[in-house]
Amino acid sequence: MNDFPFLGILTLLPLVGAVVVAAIPKRRSELAKIVAFVWSLVVLALTIVMWVAFKTGGARFQFHESYAWIPSWDARFTFAADGIALVMLMLIAILMPVVILASWHDVDQSKRSAPTYFALLLAFEFTMIGVFAAADVFLFYVFFEVMLIPMYFIIGSFGGQRRQYAAVKFFLYSLVGGLFMLASVIGLWALAGHTFDFAHLMDSAQAINQGTARWLFLGFFVAFAIKAPFFPFHTWLPDAGGAAPAGAAALLVGVMDKVGTFGILRYCLVLFPEASRWFAPAALVLGVIGILYAALLAVGQNDLKRLVSYTSIAHFGFIAIGIFAFTSQAGTGSVLYMVNHGLATGLLFIVVGMFVARRGSNLVSDFGGAGKTMPVMAGILFFAGLASLALPGTAPFISEFLVLIGTFTVHKVYAVIATAGIILAAAYVLWMFQRTTQGTVNPALEAVPAMKKDITLREKVVVAPLILLLLLLGFYPKPVTDVINPAVQATMQDVGTTDPGPTAVANGRAAR
Amino acid sequence: MEQTVEYAHATGALSGIWLLVAIPLASAAILLLSGKRADKWGHWLGVFAVAASFVLGLIFFFSLRGLDAGARSAQQSLWDFITVGGLHVDFGLLFDPLSGVFVLLITGVGSLIHLYAVGYMQHDPGRRKFFGYFNLFVAAMLLLVLGNNYVMLYFGWEGVGLASYLLISFWYNRPSAATAGKKAFLMNRVGDAGLAVGIFLMFATLGSTQYSDVFNGVSSLSSTTVLIMGILLLLGAAGKSGQFPLQAWLPDAMEGPTPVSALIHAATMVTAGVYLIARSNAIFSANHTLQLIVVSVGAVTLLMGCIIGAAKDDIKRVLAWSTVSQIGYMFLGVGLGGGAYALAIIHLLAHGFFKANMFLGAGSVMHGMHDQVDIRRFGGLRKYMKWTWLTFMMGWLAIIGIPPLSGFFSKDPIIEAAFERGDWTSWLFGWAALIGAGLTAFYMTRLFVLTFHGPERYTDDIKHPHESPPVMYIPLVLLAIGSIVAGGLLHYGGFQDWLRPVTGEGVEHDPVMAAWLISTLGVVFAVVGALIAIALFRKGTALEPQPAGAVVTAARKNLYTDAFNEGVFERPGIYLTRALVYLDNKGIDGLVNGVAAGVGGSSGRLRRLQTGFVRSYALSMLTGAVIVVGAFLAIQLGWIQ
Repeated sequence: MNDFPFLGILTLLPLVGAVVVAAIPKRRSELAKIVAFVWSLVVLALTIVMWVAFKTGGARFQFHESYAWIPSWDARFTFAADGIALVMLMLIAILMPVVILASWHDVDQSKRSAPTYFALLLAFEFTMIGVFAAADVFLFYVFFEVMLIPMYFIIGSFGGQRRQYAAVKFFLYSLVGGLFMLASVIGLWALAGHTFDFAHLMDSAQAINQGTARWLFLGFFVAFAIKAPFFPFHTWLPDAGGAAPAGAAALLVGVMDKVGTFGILRYCLVLFPEASRWFAPAALVLGVIGILYAALLAVGQNDLKRLVSYTSIAHFGFIAIGIFAFTSQAGTGSVLYMVNHGLATGLLFIVVGMFVARRGSNLVSDFGGAGKTMPVMAGILFFAGLASLALPGTAPFISEFLVLIGTFTVHKVYAVIATAGIILAAAYVLWMFQRTTQGTVNPALEAVPAMKKDITLREKVVVAPLILLLLLLGFYPKPVTDVINPAVQATMQDVGTTDPGPTAVANGRAAR
Repeated sequence: MEQTVEYAHATGALSGIWLLVAIPLASAAILLLSGKRADKWGHWLGVFAVAASFVLGLIFFFSLRGLDAGARSAQQSLWDFITVGGLHVDFGLLFDPLSGVFVLLITGVGSLIHLYAVGYMQHDPGRRKFFGYFNLFVAAMLLLVLGNNYVMLYFGWEGVGLASYLLISFWYNRPSAATAGKKAFLMNRVGDAGLAVGIFLMFATLGSTQYSDVFNGVSSLSSTTVLIMGILLLLGAAGKSGQFPLQAWLPDAMEGPTPVSALIHAATMVTAGVYLIARSNAIFSANHTLQLIVVSVGAVTLLMGCIIGAAKDDIKRVLAWSTVSQIGYMFLGVGLGGGAYALAIIHLLAHGFFKANMFLGAGSVMHGMHDQVDIRRFGGLRKYMKWTWLTFMMGWLAIIGIPPLSGFFSKDPIIEAAFERGDWTSWLFGWAALIGAGLTAFYMTRLFVLTFHGPERYTDDIKHPHESPPVMYIPLVLLAIGSIVAGGLLHYGGFQDWLRPVTGEGVEHDPVMAAWLISTLGVVFAVVGALIAIALFRKGTALEPQPAGAVVTAARKNLYTDAFNEGVFERPGIYLTRALVYLDNKGIDGLVNGVAAGVGGSSGRLRRLQTGFVRSYALSMLTGAVIVVGAFLAIQLGWIQ
């Protein structure tokens, strides 16, 4: 089964879908939506088959396939997936049909073309799968840059207020990061055996001298830190997340930003272990600042979508400290966090989008007491909030717990400060919930007929799978952690760190 | 002294302990998901679920009693919850003497309060949702006490916090209820963060979060580590149990419907902190300084609760501060350690009965008085509400410690134990507990007399106060019986022996005063406190707040603790947030935009790029391509080595 070219087909499938959907004329927009939706379900089905075919505990990289591309540079279309890539592929495959269904009527009101919008979504999926499946550094770089294009047009053409500004800002930030990375990619090629093949570079990159390796690390890291984003490179995200259509924002924050943290795990840590250890203190500090700083900003936001964007920046702080703590719990916690955050924040963005679509406004202050007329929607918003504040029983609890406990074993102070973030998380979620759905009903809502309409059947179908997954993985995360664990362990081995043992036992032995 | 903690595997009937949690959880899911069609029968399903758990709890309890005294525990690992590296967390349960009595309290008192709520919430359109939340609470609380490791405890711990939030802000369209719910959740999270870090510390030092591993490993820890670990757990306990300095949320929690106040904010959830300390007795008993801190928190809180409770006029808030104060006694007990762990649990159980009794009594009064809560507006209600009056009287006599009712047998031994610390602090804590007993008698008598005796002072809209329906007063009667006998039964029924496998043997000191003298003083203080209150309030009270001295004014303002929180945390927090929002928009964004625009190859500011964007984009791509090709050429031609 493993000889089947899963990754190549999986990458191309949504691209073909995008072309097909784009070819459908604008007046047949319902057809375009259905084709896009079914297509995304096919991608999901194939991903599930691949998940089943993946051997946990088998080789680190599986589904390897390679095709010629630019022979003189030794750049090839090489694909392979480890456990980390696999869960990210699963995440995008799950989110895509959900987002397509959630965005069903997003374009109906405007003059824009629905087929184009849904084609762009599929094109986006193509770039996402490519970026996670690539096992050739140049191919990765190309996908890293190309993935900006569909998202740029989604935000710039289909977004809300200030969409042009947000789209350009998003694009430029990423492009600047990409240029840094490009420099490092070239340097890597030049110094590590004139190849882009990742499996080869894993060895040959270790021969690069210490000083140069640190510079190369930095080039990658800056690109990924902007992409993730980490404090202080985060300011593009609230604008982009605020302006993007809600479904696209869910993809932007839920999946695309993960390319940053994924890239750190795959490229920075594995290719430049010494530099990773050397830069770790700085990254940890950025992570901890990000957790508190973004959470405080989220508390102070009056725009729902910007608020959710800031919560994500805080969550990326957790992922950052988990990665750079270099313990198996923190590392696995970080990867699991990437998955869970995609589901939880995806749900949050989608539900917020439903509120915004009804009210015609992003502003928290335009709501108030909305739970009275829309109790079910309010309940789902609340659930998404609970997942976001990592309540036990929802999946994000497990990942946050793992990140913190794993970080604590090696960096007590950072872990304790980060734990304060769970208090702030409760503050931004509950205050947002109170101002939108609780209290006396805002008189302005009476004049908006849509605000009297509680959740529709389509919307139920959209949120149900995410809620179920969040609960299921909150009680039984093993299917996912079993896939992640070996990959993280291998990564930590590459970095050259081992988990500290229990200190009391260690002391006890010493005493004896 | 040193003993190894080992738990037996659940066998026989005890292998069904997971049902205790599963039944109310399933019921909650059904109630919350089934929509309006369940409105007719939903509340009965809710009552049935808790009653079923109670029956099962009884079966398991007696199965456990049937085992040898040394082997009374049943552990059950349901599934592998988290396994990463050296960390292994079971989704596991433990039914032992300590969790067993909690199960009976939660489901027993819980059943009665559920039944009462059928009547109390009869006219509320959200009754089905209410029972859904209520069952969710029971499930989470049972998980809290049944977990066999600290992560499970934390799971239930946050779960009850959620249920508490949902039920405090049940009437969410009242801004005060919404705010009170949020406040409760936030202050609890402060404690939860402490508890979480405590759990991290266990894993870092002992490599496990299982109860048995942690308790057996305590002896290998340095005393500083034990102290820090204990303080972190105490922070969690104080948050959940409304103890100083995290007490402010509990009185506000009275915004919730009265059955919620009775079950969650009096009888069960708020005692979770006491459970945590009693469960972790291996940690707390291992460090004397730690015990001193716990005792001090208990003593400060019990006095604080009495003083503030005496100055309040809202019947539920008086009871709430009374709860704060009574849990202070329990903290005092668990802080004393040794045999006093069992004493604290006895008081906890007895308190569960008489406080639930009085809260439901207060609800019954409100039910007949158009939701009036101001005790200055009651008076003479004994004529109209015979059942409520009689049952409330039992609660009142029990809490102030009149023999032979419950409170005497549960509180007096704690006061005695406080005099037995073995050094000068015995005097300090012993007298704090005694004075607290006197103050308790004063404010509870004030409440009782102003409500049920003296002249009628009703608002004009109330013509005929009425008694509540049987579905409400039958639970009251049962709880009143519990208020009378629970303390004595537990005291003489060998409860301390029952709990010994969990809490271990304690070191006993001689009391600094004779035990009979302490008991006598306790009763005398109670009687004097009660008589003063009767003398002052039997003719009623003024309807408006009266000018008062510094102490009473301070007590009315919760001893300025709210003002402190607001001034030190809330306001600066809001200013900080505003400042950061401003800074992020102007400072960091502006700075990074400038850099980005500069590096991005554009000569102007970002805004200018919006026009002619495609051109700039093409230019950047071209630049990139030129760099790539140029670099490769350079390498190929050997310009760069």
